[in-house]
Amino acid sequence: MAAPRISRKTIGFGVLFSVFLLLCLLVNPSDANWLWRLPPLLKDLPFIINDTVQNLLFEWMPIEVYDPTIDDYETKPLFREVTRAISSTLLLIIDAVREVMLGGVKTIVAFTDWNFINENPWLRWPALPWTVITGWAILLGYRLQGTGLAALAAFSMVYVSVFGQWEPSMQTLSFVLVAAPVSVVLGLGLGIWAFRNRAVEAALNPLLNVAQTMPHYSYLVPVIVLFGVGDHAAAIATIIFATPPMVRLTLLGLKNVPAEVVEAGIMNGCGRFQLLFRVLVPTAKRDVLIGVNQVVMQCLAMTVIASFIGAQGLGSNLMIALNSLKVGTGIEIGLCIVLIAVVLDRMSLAWAHKQTDYFADLSFFERHRLVIMLVAILVAGCLLAWAGSFIFEEGRNYLYIVPHNKGITTAPFWQAAVDWTWDTFFFTLKGFNEFLITKVLFPMRDLYLGMPVIATFVLMMGTAFLLDGVKSALIVGVFLLFIAFSEYWDRALITAYMASFSVMVAAVVGLVVGTLCAQNRLATRVALLVCDFLQTFPSFIYLIPVIMLFGITDTSVIIASVVYAMVPATRYTVEGLRSVPEVIQEAGTMSGVSRMQRLVQIEFPLAFPHIMLGLNQTVIFGLFMVIIGAFIGTTDLGQLILGAISDPRGTGIGLTLGLCVAFIGLAVDQIIRTWAERRKKELDLG
Amino acid sequence: MPSRGRTAGEEKPVIECRSVYKIFGRHAKSLLDGTEGFIDADAAKEAGCIVGVNNASFEVHAGELLVIMGLSGSGKSTLLRCISRLTEATAGKIFIEGQDLLAMNGRQLLDMRRSRMGMVFQNFGLLPHKTVLENIAFPLQMKGMKTRESVSRARDMAELVGLQGRENYFPRELSGGQQQRVGIARSLAVEPDIWFLDEPFSALDPLIRKEMQDEFLRLQEVLNKTILFVTHDFDEALRLADRIAIMKEGIIEQLDTPASIILQPATEYVRKFTQDVPREKVLRIEDVMNPVDETEELSDLRVSKDLIIETVAEAILNQPRPVGVVDADDRLVGSLHASHVINVLFGTSQRD
Ligand SMILES: Nc1ncnc2c1ncn2[C@@H]1O[C@H](COP(=O)(O)OP(=O)(O)OP(=O)(O)O)[C@@H](O)[C@H]1O
Ligand SMILES: [Mg+2]
Repeated sequence: MAAPRISRKTIGFGVLFSVFLLLCLLVNPSDANWLWRLPPLLKDLPFIINDTVQNLLFEWMPIEVYDPTIDDYETKPLFREVTRAISSTLLLIIDAVREVMLGGVKTIVAFTDWNFINENPWLRWPALPWTVITGWAILLGYRLQGTGLAALAAFSMVYVSVFGQWEPSMQTLSFVLVAAPVSVVLGLGLGIWAFRNRAVEAALNPLLNVAQTMPHYSYLVPVIVLFGVGDHAAAIATIIFATPPMVRLTLLGLKNVPAEVVEAGIMNGCGRFQLLFRVLVPTAKRDVLIGVNQVVMQCLAMTVIASFIGAQGLGSNLMIALNSLKVGTGIEIGLCIVLIAVVLDRMSLAWAHKQTDYFADLSFFERHRLVIMLVAILVAGCLLAWAGSFIFEEGRNYLYIVPHNKGITTAPFWQAAVDWTWDTFFFTLKGFNEFLITKVLFPMRDLYLGMPVIATFVLMMGTAFLLDGVKSALIVGVFLLFIAFSEYWDRALITAYMASFSVMVAAVVGLVVGTLCAQNRLATRVALLVCDFLQTFPSFIYLIPVIMLFGITDTSVIIASVVYAMVPATRYTVEGLRSVPEVIQEAGTMSGVSRMQRLVQIEFPLAFPHIMLGLNQTVIFGLFMVIIGAFIGTTDLGQLILGAISDPRGTGIGLTLGLCVAFIGLAVDQIIRTWAERRKKELDLG
Repeated sequence: MPSRGRTAGEEKPVIECRSVYKIFGRHAKSLLDGTEGFIDADAAKEAGCIVGVNNASFEVHAGELLVIMGLSGSGKSTLLRCISRLTEATAGKIFIEGQDLLAMNGRQLLDMRRSRMGMVFQNFGLLPHKTVLENIAFPLQMKGMKTRESVSRARDMAELVGLQGRENYFPRELSGGQQQRVGIARSLAVEPDIWFLDEPFSALDPLIRKEMQDEFLRLQEVLNKTILFVTHDFDEALRLADRIAIMKEGIIEQLDTPASIILQPATEYVRKFTQDVPREKVLRIEDVMNPVDETEELSDLRVSKDLIIETVAEAILNQPRPVGVVDADDRLVGSLHASHVINVLFGTSQRD
């Protein structure tokens, strides 16, 4: 049965490629020829979007608003009032959190006025000494997991402080501490709603897909237009980006609650809300908390990008450093971001896996031990800072806060390392760079650009058809059609070429590394750990070392995206190979297969679907990195999106471009995922 | 009347089902329109429906233990879930102590579940994030009971089912048998008078199952609840039941005492079902004895009517004449001849 089906598929692909090649050779490359390029029918889309937004902001639904300063009613458009209200609320909260950590007076001013503050100077709130926050972090780490996490927290906080990055770090942290809870609550709410209502789920699904594959940049423009520039705008962009995984995981968790548990809840007399909040959500706790973890990670990943629209903190410092090619400083800041990310990641994961464990009779001290210790640390830290004010000179109280850039720095060392690398390997690097660009990348780009539009459609839709059937082919077709009708087909091809080059390299390397690692239990663990670790790096961080080596070129972007995309490729290969059921392995052993035979005949076929899911991730990761790479100068869609940020009419362009990128990702996703999931089901791998 | 019979015919039944149907599928209602009696399974299939429960009518009285049994997919769970209203019956009437269950609104149903019903599930259905104690206290807390009070009550329940010392364990730290004890304790915490158990022991291994059955009988001895017990294990049914309902494809084929089901199967299906049952282990003397015949000359041996045949079979078979059967007060209520015993136990024919 199986043999003829496989061969039919092979024939199918043979025919497909022949048609594809024929079309490439035969279609006449002229702009008038629709087989070569489709006319930009959607050319006006950006302007339509712009007009709609403008209309929304300045004309739609005027309402009367009372203005206390002129003591009269004014007519204002509703939408703008709403966005303003959101902005100012968010800004107030961010400032409040920030001032708790760093001190300040804005929050208090917001509720009183400047005169009041000037009369009462004691209202100027001091910062929390860094020792206090460090102590809290250590305590939290210890309570959540134990000494390991406590040590990690200690190291990270001390590092951040000693290297003089305390203030920007706390700014970043305050921004995460606001954006993350909002995303979590939003995601939880939407997830629950989708769980209870099928229509909502159906409507939400495509939205989530697009939101998760849209490049970060493309949110920025509309957010600026709607909410202005500043920390609040950055927070909103972050929230848009961080909420979808939370929704997904909430929904997943709720759906996985066993029917019997729900029925037990009903029979135990739960009302609607009791059932939701005391049975469903707690039972889904693990997935929900992993969602929280994802949210935190996304928030940190956004810090750098958010600095484009005015987020203060490590991100903007990193940008400045990179822009002025201060690689050393860049590395230090990058490490700060990574450390904060790793600590928050580990803490939220530890929280997810922690079991609540309470005993019926606890003494007062035991029940409130955490609070008591937190307060003790606060008092001790403040005392230390106070003591420090006698030891150190004014403004340099190292026990209070290490001033920005006044800590020790390793920047000169890194700079020297970079210089040394450049001096020593100049010709090698340059040679490699030139070789890659002229011998590999450019020819490949020309090849992509030389593809007639009809050939691309045939190839993509044909593949979708052969692997998944008509429905998939049509969906892929619609995605491509959108791009083809927009003005950006050529740019999209460039994006596609860069992404596919990185994906190919990443996939091959990941597959080989993953396969090797999967052969050995220890290596497997190490590989998964490294992948975990690398995955917590915000994407921007990957750019730092490559810029160091290759400067601002396409090569840098490609290498960064290769490395970035390699992570999922490796991880899924390892996971796939390792998850082949023991029984099947043993059956193989008993049929007398050699190690190689087992790998080729048993493990690969069974692990293949999972590996393909990894490839899917690899594509999305690669695409993301290529777009982010626009920051250091490429010529693809990313560059245009970046350009749109400073364009007054950039909203429409930014969104359209974002959709183009998202649709490239979703088209590939559609093909691979549908196939892999069906295949997994066929192989009975769940 | 079986000796354990707590059937009290005079009282109002605790549970009463009248022509209850449950049909899965979109056109369920239209399929039912105008039909009386049993629905034809083939017709249902043609309409794209699956029949879960087909025209079930029966009564369960206070303190009675009704076992519902049948093969997998015969509709046992569905029937139980209709009566607990976890699913809505497609048609029919269900009365709980005279109250119309299907007419209850959400509030009334909630009250009913919070005070009158308890349910034990096949896979336990414990809340994974709560400890043993919290799980048991859960239904009490849902009722709005104070934490302290509910926890102390949960402690008593844990003790009742033999879980003392493990109150602070999480379900995943317990064996299957222990988990089901938690399930049982939880379902009993609100002191319901109706107790539903859906294959409570079938996820357990045979030894533990036997132990849990004993435990269950002990509890029932103390608590004397009205029970609907689902199982597909005939031995289990025989051990526990006052009456047994045998289901096949949604239809209750026969509902009777264990002895009658074995001795007078109503349908061919039931007969096949009961064919391999070791009768001497199930039947009691009174199930097979003949009425007192004054003319007959009895042997000196007297046996109690409540004994399981197996325990006295050898003695009876050694008697040349019929033995007398006596009740608890030592009054002669019947007689039993060795040949008759052999006939009942080993003959396939029915009692004559
Ligand atoms: N939600 C549902 N939708 C459609 N059909 C269902 C549904 N639930 C049960 N059924 C069908 O109703 C019939 C009876 O199912 P039920 O679960 O009551 O069987 P059961 O006797 O409890 O079996 P088991 O011993 O396996 O638990 C089966 O054919 C089943 O497929
Ligand atoms: Mg069942």
